[in-house]
Amino acid sequence: MMYDWLYNLTGSSILAMFIVSLLPLFVFILPFALLAVLAERKVSAHMQDRLGPMRVGYHGILQTIADILKLLQKEDLVATATDKTLFNFAPLLVFIGSYAAFAVIPFSGFFIGSDINLGIIFIVGITGLVVAGILMAGWASNNKYSLLGAMRSAAQIISYEIPTLLIILTVIMLTGTLSLYDLSEMQTAYFWNWLILGGPAVGIEKILLIPLMIMGCLIIYTSTLAEVNRTPFDIPEAESELVSGYHTEYSGMKFAMFFLAEYANMFAVSAIVAVIFFGGYQSPFGYLGNTLGLPWLIPIEQFFWFTSKGLFFVFVQMWLRWTLPRFRVDQLMAFCWKYLIPISFVILLLVGLITLI
Amino acid sequence: MIDYFVKFWQGLFTILIGMKVTFRHLFVPAVTIQYPSVKPQLPERERNRLYVNMDDCIGCDQCARACPVNCIEIETVKSLPDEDLGKTSNGKKKALWVTKFNIDFAKCCYCQLCVFPCPTECIYMTDVYEFSEFRRENLLYDFVTLLPEERAQKKENYEELQVKKEAEKLAAAKKAAEEKAAAQKEKLETKPIDPSSENKEEKK
Repeated sequence: MMYDWLYNLTGSSILAMFIVSLLPLFVFILPFALLAVLAERKVSAHMQDRLGPMRVGYHGILQTIADILKLLQKEDLVATATDKTLFNFAPLLVFIGSYAAFAVIPFSGFFIGSDINLGIIFIVGITGLVVAGILMAGWASNNKYSLLGAMRSAAQIISYEIPTLLIILTVIMLTGTLSLYDLSEMQTAYFWNWLILGGPAVGIEKILLIPLMIMGCLIIYTSTLAEVNRTPFDIPEAESELVSGYHTEYSGMKFAMFFLAEYANMFAVSAIVAVIFFGGYQSPFGYLGNTLGLPWLIPIEQFFWFTSKGLFFVFVQMWLRWTLPRFRVDQLMAFCWKYLIPISFVILLLVGLITLI
Repeated sequence: MIDYFVKFWQGLFTILIGMKVTFRHLFVPAVTIQYPSVKPQLPERERNRLYVNMDDCIGCDQCARACPVNCIEIETVKSLPDEDLGKTSNGKKKALWVTKFNIDFAKCCYCQLCVFPCPTECIYMTDVYEFSEFRRENLLYDFVTLLPEERAQKKENYEELQVKKEAEKLAAAKKAAEEKAAAQKEKLETKPIDPSSENKEEKK
């Protein structure tokens, strides 16, 4: 593990913990957010037969850096009627909520911030902070649009947490563990051991599990997509109705915090889907390090596989964003309560029966 | 109940169709033209900034008169009789110095009406459309190829010529009047035959 290695290296538990806790932020989230913002713009542009940013650097690769520099220089506007304390605290809370989820995400077998045995539940719980932050932002802004956006966001996130949790419950029932590390280790070796293809089960059980797992995967992907407020579930920040939703009143770095949190969240939920159903950091077909007899190569490979799975799901999120129009509020609720929740209950029941066999 | 599953399946299936379309468009070449570095192909007869080829201009003022917004200003000066201004490319003899040929592109409406009357086809539309300026005065284009001193000189030359001509005219008139007077005198003097008149004839 990373912490032990750093502890042996530095000889100080505080320093080692400090580095381990800051590592995902500086090594992963910030570069990822920079890249993802650019990727989003490029993907959207190419899907609409445009080119997107082309001027800053080769094909616009430095565009986000220019944008960040612009945001840093901007004036930090706070309207007089806002509730200053909550207004200033809200972006921080949203960011903390999405960043804390990275503590338990296993980037590779070697690097997990904290391998707690409540992994998934921790993620679901800590991302609840995001709802609080969004509500705070909407309320403190003292703006109709912000408040409407925040209310919609709260309603949406709370509704869509139910199917997410039901599918997670199904998986817990099947695997008997809440730790993301154990979940990943369980789906080791080859891709037919991934939970989307029934996990390590054999025989008739596996065949029965495959369709249920595929359905479960689709449901958890949809509901987590709704939880991070992205199109087609972006009614909290629907720019054609609510200007920009709960972050209408924010400018400069506070706005950038919301933005960073959104992109961090995007990766976090993609990572959850990857860990639960697609084997986490496990390679789909053995490791090069094992074949070559180079054990130090395996964590790097695992990191590669994990990020590629995560980035693939992030790409699918972008792909969906530029394919589907936005839901109406009633459609959004109907979709969750009438389709996702009953079907996830059925999946829960059937998987429960299968585990009894 | 069946309706419920049909709806669910249709929702899923139509999303996949939509995703297929957007994915295909990911690889369709972009229609964007990177403007300042890549320029669009303009149609053959596009109307942009005018250009005047002063080598061919005979200073006939027809373009200025055709202009609906009066953005062309022309002043011409007659050349001296011994000056040869050459010929235009379609064989017309040039007889005038063009000392002023200003086109104000702030006024120009790019209607191309000045192009058609030109007898030597020296005023025409070019494909230049990037000539924006920060000051409106900079849009006043001067097409005359002569230097300011030369223009002044041409005017002076002409005025001198006029003065000279006037003087010559005066002199000629004087001479004519004198001759007339002399002739009359002679007529009067012919009746009494005078030997002096024979002398005059010999002198001539």
